[in-house]
Amino acid sequence: MTTTVKTNTLTLVQAVTDALRTMLREREDVLVLGEDVGKNGGVFRATDGLQAEFGEDRVIDTPLSEAGFTGAAIGMAVNGFRPVVEIQFLGFIYPAYEQIMTHAARIRSRTLGHFTVPMVIRAPYGAGVRAPEIHSDSTEALFTHMPGMKVVCPSTPYDAKGLLIAAIEDPDPVLFLEPMRCYRAFREEVPEGKYTIEIGKGKRVREGEDVTVIAWGAMVPVAMKAAEEAAKKGINADVIDLRTLYPLDRELIVESVQKTGRTVIVQEAHATGGVANDLIALINDECFLYQKAPVERVTGFDVPVPFFSLEDHYLPTPERVLYAIEKAVAF
Amino acid sequence: MEQFPIIQIIDEEGNVVLPEYREKLTKELVMTMYYHLIRTRTFDRKCVSLQRQGRIGTYAPYEGQEASQVGSALALENDDWLFPTYRDHGATMTFGHSLVRILLYWKGRNEGCVPPDGKKIFPPSVPIATQLPHAAGAAYAEKRKGTKNAVIVYFGDGATSEGDFHEGLNIASVFHVPAVFFNQNNQYAISVPITRQMKTKTIAQKALAYDIPGIRVDGNDIFAVYFETKKALDRARNGEGPTLIEAVTWRYGAHTTADDPTKYRDQEESKRRRERDPIVRVERFLKQIGWWDEQQIKEMQEKVQAEIEQAVAEMEQFPEANPADMFDFVFATPTWTIEQQKQMYTSWRERA
Repeated sequence: MTTTVKTNTLTLVQAVTDALRTMLREREDVLVLGEDVGKNGGVFRATDGLQAEFGEDRVIDTPLSEAGFTGAAIGMAVNGFRPVVEIQFLGFIYPAYEQIMTHAARIRSRTLGHFTVPMVIRAPYGAGVRAPEIHSDSTEALFTHMPGMKVVCPSTPYDAKGLLIAAIEDPDPVLFLEPMRCYRAFREEVPEGKYTIEIGKGKRVREGEDVTVIAWGAMVPVAMKAAEEAAKKGINADVIDLRTLYPLDRELIVESVQKTGRTVIVQEAHATGGVANDLIALINDECFLYQKAPVERVTGFDVPVPFFSLEDHYLPTPERVLYAIEKAVAF
Repeated sequence: MEQFPIIQIIDEEGNVVLPEYREKLTKELVMTMYYHLIRTRTFDRKCVSLQRQGRIGTYAPYEGQEASQVGSALALENDDWLFPTYRDHGATMTFGHSLVRILLYWKGRNEGCVPPDGKKIFPPSVPIATQLPHAAGAAYAEKRKGTKNAVIVYFGDGATSEGDFHEGLNIASVFHVPAVFFNQNNQYAISVPITRQMKTKTIAQKALAYDIPGIRVDGNDIFAVYFETKKALDRARNGEGPTLIEAVTWRYGAHTTADDPTKYRDQEESKRRRERDPIVRVERFLKQIGWWDEQQIKEMQEKVQAEIEQAVAEMEQFPEANPADMFDFVFATPTWTIEQQKQMYTSWRERA
């Protein structure tokens, strides 16, 4: 017998709100805190209505101090709560970097498991929405490089809800990156109530055998568009939405790349030191003898994310991805 | 509160309440102030309207804070430094920034971060309070160079919660540098009211922790702002170290054009506060004293309008942004990775 789960048609940002509401209802130990998350409901409305429903003790407007409230959330987490911190834009997380790098990520290790930090740090990230300067960073690799942090980055409303709930239930700190460009890009059916998507698992979003295209966050729609164009030229791409950036879904990547022998990685972030490079290392380790062409990368450049008049030149486009796909196939 | 009384030179009706200043309020000074007040307000309203028409991007309005920005900027000398936030272009334009460049900033152009030649105006700080340590350092450098130049740094009430607020003030205090820390307490950090930002009753009192003067002024009284900032700058130039000024004011509108203040506060309050408007107050003063000259004011308004329309036209005729710029200014000499990426991108564009 099948049971029908009620669904709602939600945008990605609404799915985030839905996940937070679900977990605030489900668990007394869940707290939401950050700048403007309470009365204002968040600058993107990600926490809209939550303070009215759960009160000022659980949905907390903090003073304007990223290091302060992230550090305070660490203290709450080691003392029985599950805080979900909102950083207004990823570009404003850097004052909290020390708290995350030096404390959140390594307290378990330092104390041989005695103290743990089950907290989530949510941050909208990325360019392409004509935001003012500094609001468009995609510096996920600063955090994948950080031992002790998991890094999650959904690209769809369904995944956003399931992954955020999994992140809140995770025993370790998770950076949860929300692609601003996808916040209201489209809607999909999102089940009511609680469900989780396993952290560390990617998703094949298109089946193909000629080339593997790997993307995450706001680059997934870009990769898909390129794959559709490639199909018109007779090239069938296997497209993977990574969903988790640390730890990577080794099985899925290896299985796909061993099948296709060609890979294109689409990364919004700067080229040097990016997640794409870790993917290449994994492919090198696990798929060396299967390779038919060098791995292609389509990335942002090694330059500060430009002011919005130039951001379209910085961001990978379907055209640039298609070019890389054809290059890999023609090698 | 008693320890840090709010300094006011004219009240809301435009009466001079500190008579010792009466003689210092020359017609020339007051008319200069009034000119900059209407110039900054007209420019701000124009920017909001340009954003609504999609001619510039997201914009941070300052309407209501003109007396704080104009009064403090007019107190500066030409060779002083100014470190603004993204809401302080009322101050930077009064200090001599180009309107075209300010408009270009809001149009997503790096050119907006480049001050006119000879003007020491730093790019607006977008993260909160990060400019305070810069100001302390720039002031230290002026001191080491043996100049009489001073530094002013702007920040809001929310900024006092950041670590950089403490670190900047502490360094300035320890090094005894010629800096004025000019706080515009507009009482809201986006949606968070000052009562949720801090338990202290004033921002000025935080100066006690650094053993420096803490001054609290009516930020909608341009005379009080001007004279108190001038005193603080004089102390700085005379080797008497930094000052913290709290200018109590109010932002009438949204945090930015992407913000909806009705979500978090009663905008009736903003309407009520227009009774205490910084510009209306000067107009009342001018009328009382008999300096209000309809013809002169009309000419002033026309001059301001024409200047702003000219700047908008220049902004819109400005050559398109050059993609090479994003590669060419990262280092003095580009690294091979940047060279390679630029070359690949350029040939890709030429191919397409």
